Formats: sequence, C-alpha cells, structure tokens
Amino acid sequence: MKILMFGWEFPPHITGGLGTACFGLTKGLVKHDTDIIFVVPKAYGDENQEAVRIVNASEVTINLEIDEEREYWDRVQYMEVGSNIIPYVGPEEFNKVTELEKRASENFKSKVFSQKYEFSGKYGLNLMEEVARYALVGSAIATKQDFDVIHAHDWLTYLAGIAAKETTGKPLVVHMHATEFDRSGENINSDVYAIEKRGMEAADRVITVSNLTRRIVIERYGIDPSKVVTVHNAVDPKEKELSDAEKQIKEKVVTFLGRITFQKGPEYFVEAANKILKRDNNVRFVMAGTGDLLHRMVMRVAQLRIGHKFHFTGFLKGDDVDQMFAMTDVFVMPSISEPFGIVPLEAMRSNVPVVISKQSGVSEILKHAIKVDFWDIDGLADAIYGLCHYQALSEDFIKYGKQEVENLKWEHAAAKVKEVYTSALEDFKNR
Amino acid sequence: MNKSICLYFQVHQPFRLRTYRFFDIGKNHHYFDEYFNRLILRRVAEKSYLPMNEILLNIIKEHPKDFRLSFSFTGLVLEQMELYTPEVLESFRKLIATGNVEVLSETYAHSLSSLRNNGEFERQVKAHTQKVKQLFGIKPTSFRNTELIYSDEIGERVAAMGYKVMLTEGAKHILGWKSPNFMYTNAINPKLKVLLRNFRLSDDITFRFSQQNWSEWPITAEKMVGWLNKFPEKEEIINIFVDYETFGEHQPAASGIFDFMKALPSAVIKNSPYRFRTPDEITKKHQPVSSIHVPYPISWADEERDLSAWIGNNLQDDALEKLSALSEKIEEVDDVDLKRDWNYLQSSDHFYYMCTKWLSDGDVHKYYNPYPSPYEAYINYMNVLSDFAIRLEEKSPGAAEIMDNVLKNTSKLGKELGKMASKKIQEAEKSVKEKYQQTKAKSKPVFEDIMHLSDAKVKKLIKELEAEQLAVALKDASEEIRGKVIPNLTQKAKKQMEDLQQKMTEIKQKDIQAMRKKVEEKLKNFF
Repeated sequence: MKILMFGWEFPPHITGGLGTACFGLTKGLVKHDTDIIFVVPKAYGDENQEAVRIVNASEVTINLEIDEEREYWDRVQYMEVGSNIIPYVGPEEFNKVTELEKRASENFKSKVFSQKYEFSGKYGLNLMEEVARYALVGSAIATKQDFDVIHAHDWLTYLAGIAAKETTGKPLVVHMHATEFDRSGENINSDVYAIEKRGMEAADRVITVSNLTRRIVIERYGIDPSKVVTVHNAVDPKEKELSDAEKQIKEKVVTFLGRITFQKGPEYFVEAANKILKRDNNVRFVMAGTGDLLHRMVMRVAQLRIGHKFHFTGFLKGDDVDQMFAMTDVFVMPSISEPFGIVPLEAMRSNVPVVISKQSGVSEILKHAIKVDFWDIDGLADAIYGLCHYQALSEDFIKYGKQEVENLKWEHAAAKVKEVYTSALEDFKNR
Repeated sequence: MNKSICLYFQVHQPFRLRTYRFFDIGKNHHYFDEYFNRLILRRVAEKSYLPMNEILLNIIKEHPKDFRLSFSFTGLVLEQMELYTPEVLESFRKLIATGNVEVLSETYAHSLSSLRNNGEFERQVKAHTQKVKQLFGIKPTSFRNTELIYSDEIGERVAAMGYKVMLTEGAKHILGWKSPNFMYTNAINPKLKVLLRNFRLSDDITFRFSQQNWSEWPITAEKMVGWLNKFPEKEEIINIFVDYETFGEHQPAASGIFDFMKALPSAVIKNSPYRFRTPDEITKKHQPVSSIHVPYPISWADEERDLSAWIGNNLQDDALEKLSALSEKIEEVDDVDLKRDWNYLQSSDHFYYMCTKWLSDGDVHKYYNPYPSPYEAYINYMNVLSDFAIRLEEKSPGAAEIMDNVLKNTSKLGKELGKMASKKIQEAEKSVKEKYQQTKAKSKPVFEDIMHLSDAKVKKLIKELEAEQLAVALKDASEEIRGKVIPNLTQKAKKQMEDLQQKMTEIKQKDIQAMRKKVEEKLKNFF
C-alpha cells in the first residue's frame, strides 16, 4: 500500500510532539508493507529517511499555466484566511507574537501564487500563507505521485490533504493529534477551528490519539462517530542508555517538561512543589520548557520563596532532554487538557516514574502511572512525595512502567492505522 | 571663599554572572563571565576612566591648591582592575598620590548588607578599608554606602565604626522644604555629619548633559557657574555626586562632557565664591545646621530614591533572603574560593537586574545588563546560588564532624568541670573546717570536751594541774571521762589521786564545779 502523507515537521527539526509522532508512526507502518511519501513544507536534507521518502514542498514549482492547478485553486480559494495564528511556538517565534498583528495581508495572494515558495516550516509569522501555499503544493504533488491513501497530520496540512483528495479522488485520512480546544482552551481561533472541521468532514476516516480527543471531535465538531477511530500513540525503545552517573544533585529531582502554557497546568506543579518543600528539604523541582506562562510561574516561585529549590531550564531538546530524564526521580504532567501526551512515555522509557493528570489521553492506556485530577494539588503532592521517598513504590513503577512502555510499540499503533487505511479503501472501492 | 563644592565620583563594576544552567548545579563552580567582564572593564577604562583621570590630573597640576575631589572604589572594581587593567589602577594611584583626592570608605562588594543586621555590613566595610590600604596606602575616614543608601539607623552604625561623615542623596521626600546645600547630622548620633547630594545639578550632568531636547541644553562651565552663583547666600555646600562612568561612557566624548569638565574647575575658582573641598575638609570648614530624619532607607537610584531598584518584588526578595540565609554559615567556613564568590554574589547589581519597574528607569537598568528580562536574571542567579549553597554545605563542618566536636568538647569540659568541682569542694571543706574551728574557739570549752583531746594533750593538761585539783574535778565525773584521763596519769599521780579522792568524800558539789571551771580555763589553750 502506498501512502501520501502530509506533515509539518519531521525529526530532527521538531518543536513539539507532532514530528516525533509522525516519525514513530511511519517507522511502524513500514513494518506493515507500506510505502510512504512524506511531504514537509521545508526539508533540511538531514531528515531521517529510513522509513519514508521526504518530499520538500519548498522545491515543488507550480506552473500556474497548468489549468488543473489553476482550477483547483479557484475551488479552494474561499479557504483563504487573512489572519495568522501560532498554535505551537518555538522559543524564537515566541517573542514575535506581538509583531504578528503588523503583517499586512496584501501580498498574500501574489506570494502564494509565485512559482516557487520558500517555506519556513515553522509556526511563525506567515503561517496562514504557508498553509495556503502548502495546499496548492499538495494538489501539485498529488498529480505527480502514485499512491492509494492520503494521510494528513493536524490542521496545518488539512488543506493540502483536501486538495490532494479533490485532485485525485483518493480516500483521505486526517489525524487529530490535538484539537484547537486543547491548544487554546475556550478562546479558540475560529479560522483554525473551521479548517479542522472542514478537514474532518472531507475525510473518509478521522484518527484521534485518545478517546478524550475522539469525544471532543464528535461533540464539538459534530463529526460522524462511525468514521472516528482512536489509535493511541506509542514510543520507540530508547537507543542508548544514559547512566545515572549524570546526576550530580543529591536531592530528589522532580521534573515538569513541556510548554509552559495554560493547558499544561504548570501552576499546579508549582503549588504542589510548594506544599512538598514546606515539609521536605530533600527535593528539587525543575520546570523545563518555555511558553507564555513562564514569567508568571517564575514570579509565583519567587513569591512562594522556593526559588532555591525550584529551577527553570528554558526550552530543552535532544541530549538535554535525555540528560534531564537521567537526573529525574519523578516526572509530572499535570495537564488540564492533553489529547495524548507522549512525554510521560519517554520518561518511563528512561526509568522515571510518572504522575499524570486524569485529563490526559495517555492516562487511558497507562497502568503504571499515578493518576490524579490536575486540580488536586494535595493529591499531586502526595503522589510526588510517595514516589520520591518510598523506594518500594518507585522501584515497582520504574520496573513495570518500563515493561509497559516497551509494549506500546509504534508497530502496534501502525497496525491499527493500517486497518483504518484498509477500511477507507474498501469504502472507497464500494462507492 | 566660604562656600564649598564637593565633587565625588563612584567607581564600580560588578562581576557579572555567566549563563549558569540547572545542569551545571553541583558540577561546575565557575559562575562569572570573565570574557564579558573583562571586555566591559576594558571598554569603560578606555572610554572613561583613563581619559578622565588624565584630565583630572592636569587640572590638579593647574590648581594644586584649589582643586580637590573624592572617589570611592568598590572592592569588586579594584579586583577587576588588578586582573584586567592594571594600567587603570596605576593611573588612579597617580591621581591619589597628588594628595588632592580623598578616597571614601564603602562596602567591599557593593552589597546591600547595610539593610541587614547580621554583622556582614561591618565585615565588608573592614574588608574594603583593608583593600584600599593595600592598594593606595591610605585609610578612609569618610563613608558612602552602596548606592548612597542611608537611614538614621545605618548612619548610627556607620558612626559606631568611627566615621565622622557620610554621603547620601538629597531626596526630596526627606528634605521637604529644606535645602540639600547644608551640612546635617545623623538623627540618632549627632557626631556623624551627613552630606546630601544636590540631585538637580548632579543629574544635569549624568542624565541631561546630552539631552538636546532639554531647554537648558547645552550646559557649559559658565552656565553651571551661573547656577552656582544663583543659590541663596546662606546655602554653602553643593554636593555633586555622580558615577564615574558618566564621563565618556553614559555621556560619550562626542557630547562634549570632557571639555565641560576641563573648563569647570577654572570657571568655578575664578568666577564664584565656591572652593572645591572633599567631605573630610567640609566637616572641618562648616557647621551642621540641624539633624536630618530618615526613618526609612533612601538611595540615589531611580525617580523614587528608595530601595525599589533592588528589593521589593518577589524575585528580588526571594533571592536576597536566600543569600542572606547563608551568611552565618559562611562565617564558619575558611575557604578562599567560597569567600570570594560570596563577595561577588552580594553585589547589588544582581538584584538590580531583577527589577521589574521598567517603565520609568528601564534605560538605566539596561546598562550592561546581561539578561533579556528580570526573570532570566532571577533564574540564573538562583541556579548559581543553589550551587554555592551546596558547596558551602560541603565545606561547612558536617553533621558528623559537629557531633565529634561536641563529644570531644564535652569530655574535655567534663574533665575541666570535674577538676573545678573537686577544687571547689576542697575549698568548701576547708572553709567549713575553718569556720568550725573558729566558732569552736569562740565558744568556751566545757569540761566534757576533755573527751575530744588526744592522749598527749590530756597528759599535757594533767601536768598543768595539781593532783588535788584534778581529783576534785574528776569526782562524780562520768566513767568515760575518768577513762580518758586516768590512764594518762603517771603511776605516781594515779596513786596520789586515788588517795586524795578517798579523803575527799566530803567535798561539796560547789567545789567540784569550781575546780571543773579551772580545768575548763586550761582547756581553752588546747583547742
């Protein structure tokens, strides 16, 4: 089976969980006789191509003389969106959020229709422009490639997915890694919501990363439940083991790692830390990551007078993340809303016991994790304290947690995805 | 020439921290950005310190009697000069060697230690004095605190260290209707004179000198002298206190600041009743007009002239509290590296970078600020402080060591106590004995006391008595007494006495008593 897959990022150039998930999934799919053409807005040349063939959308030229492309654009033109939004931002883009407003949309069309277009492939200022251009490229690529199913990851690629379907008539599967409600709470961006809804409506199948997300898709987007399938994410086994010698701190280390935004519940972590530090001096807390709530968290930590035991590392990637896990005794993810949450799996894979909120998708599949309500600060503190100090408990969680995670292979998740492809194809043939 | 103008320049550069990450804690104990610090000091030296020193030296040569000024250097900038720019140190030495420069005392680390009462302030002032003595061979007698921070209580502590005069800000909110152009005294200890900065004239130079949209721009030496001459007749002291980096750094050479400073002294000396004097000279020349009440600390910083540049927000307060909490422990430790880092970590600049009042004074706070925001400043500082605390903990006598010491000392103490106690007991015993003897001696011995005499003494007593007397006295005496006395008699006396006693069956009770009295008289001598 051949799949045309649209993504937005691919390792090593990633800013969030999306790229990691795409990479894991494609590697799993290869084991089930699947060929994948993976399209990214901007390829750097050093992407890992062991499982996929990377197509760089920046290199695709568009000949506007070709009628079919022109025609397609006329059909999708109404989707043109005049504003820019930033769903997941890396640290570089973060400070530029305010500048966003300034961008005029005048040359939007002329840029999108230029022969060649240099994508940034990030989540920056020209995001909507890039999404629109990506859609155009999607239809161009679709005409040139041979494939059976189109698979689009997250709203950024949905327009490209729809375009490819419209151009070729092949079945479309869209993958919801996160909904606009997960990113923005109740203050959603209606343009993004509209693209998500349109993508799911146009799709033959919708894959959600958890039942939590599946419910949101059905209840808040009104998508037909019969075409929404949950396939939980997985995690790849770790390539190299980091030794515990990396840990140079005597105290127990409790870590939060993720974007410091409202949805991730960082304030519950700070409050729980405060409760523990008031009784137990033998713990240090680390908040790794960045986000719009970072400064507020720093101020709160200072106000609680726990700054000597509570550290901020800024955004971590690659080896720093591994080193962080190697130093960590308890990992905490107190998300208020988390479609899946792959980081706890990475922590468990690195022999770190985890505390996760019941409001996360990953809690649906994990047994060896302590689950608390995100708002239950006492419960959070209890769980952290217990894992720090009761050796029998933490040993069990480390041992069985690791086994559990090792069984959550992408290969298994990919098998389920393949079933989704097959059923979509069958429907398509029977039509 | 009864009026004084006092020029005072502050020279300070902190040891700025490098980016110190969480991963460095417990591993890497190198906190300071040597490259950046050296770069800045070199830059400031070239643009400001060296050219300005030369100008001042020339003015002193021109007016060896009339031009005088004062400096203060933090221990931190002196250390950096030794490390990175020895030529600048040499240039200051030359200036000071003219004898026209008074060097003021302050805290070694440009610290906020005067705000706490844990002895650190006094320790730092002492350390600073030593450094100044070591480098310039003089002992400062006038005092300026970090950022001119002053309150009644701080002034009192400075007076207690023996200083006669202290410099601070002529802050509007403490002066009210009063003028800064007089000498005042500390409200608690009037022996300490207080000089107040004339912030209008000082800020004209530091902030407004190159502000072209200012109505008075440009300032010339003549204009400045004109302002000086406009002050009321009675106002006699003008204090111009500024950062030394003002010349050439805050106000670039292109602004004409150097030309202005070259021209100012001559213009003042020729065309005004003012003479340049140092703080020490001013205390000798002028009389204080009254005391000045400063119940809450003031400083020369920002519009508020209070402490809000360094303390007050949560970031600053947490950091300063955590730092101060270590001061007791550092006292117990004898480690050169730790003590050095302890000094560097105390400089007020670290807390200045954590200031969140950007609106009014953001620009000044940005001066060589290594951080993009106060949050980064706090995060970085706390990481460093965490590592420092861990090192301090390791160097401090550990729990086991303390326990050992306690045990060793207790056994020592026990022995000492034992010795002392037995000595005391002996003394007590002795004195009780003496007392007993004394009371015994005072009270008259009775006949029965014969019982307590040794046989030798009994024999002696017997010799002093006549056989008859003894016989009378022993008549009807108890068996015990008879038993004590009779065996001590010689054979002859025994016989004599037995004879006598038989003859004296008729002896009256009265006689017996009289005889016993006589024996008792004799007995006195035997105790």
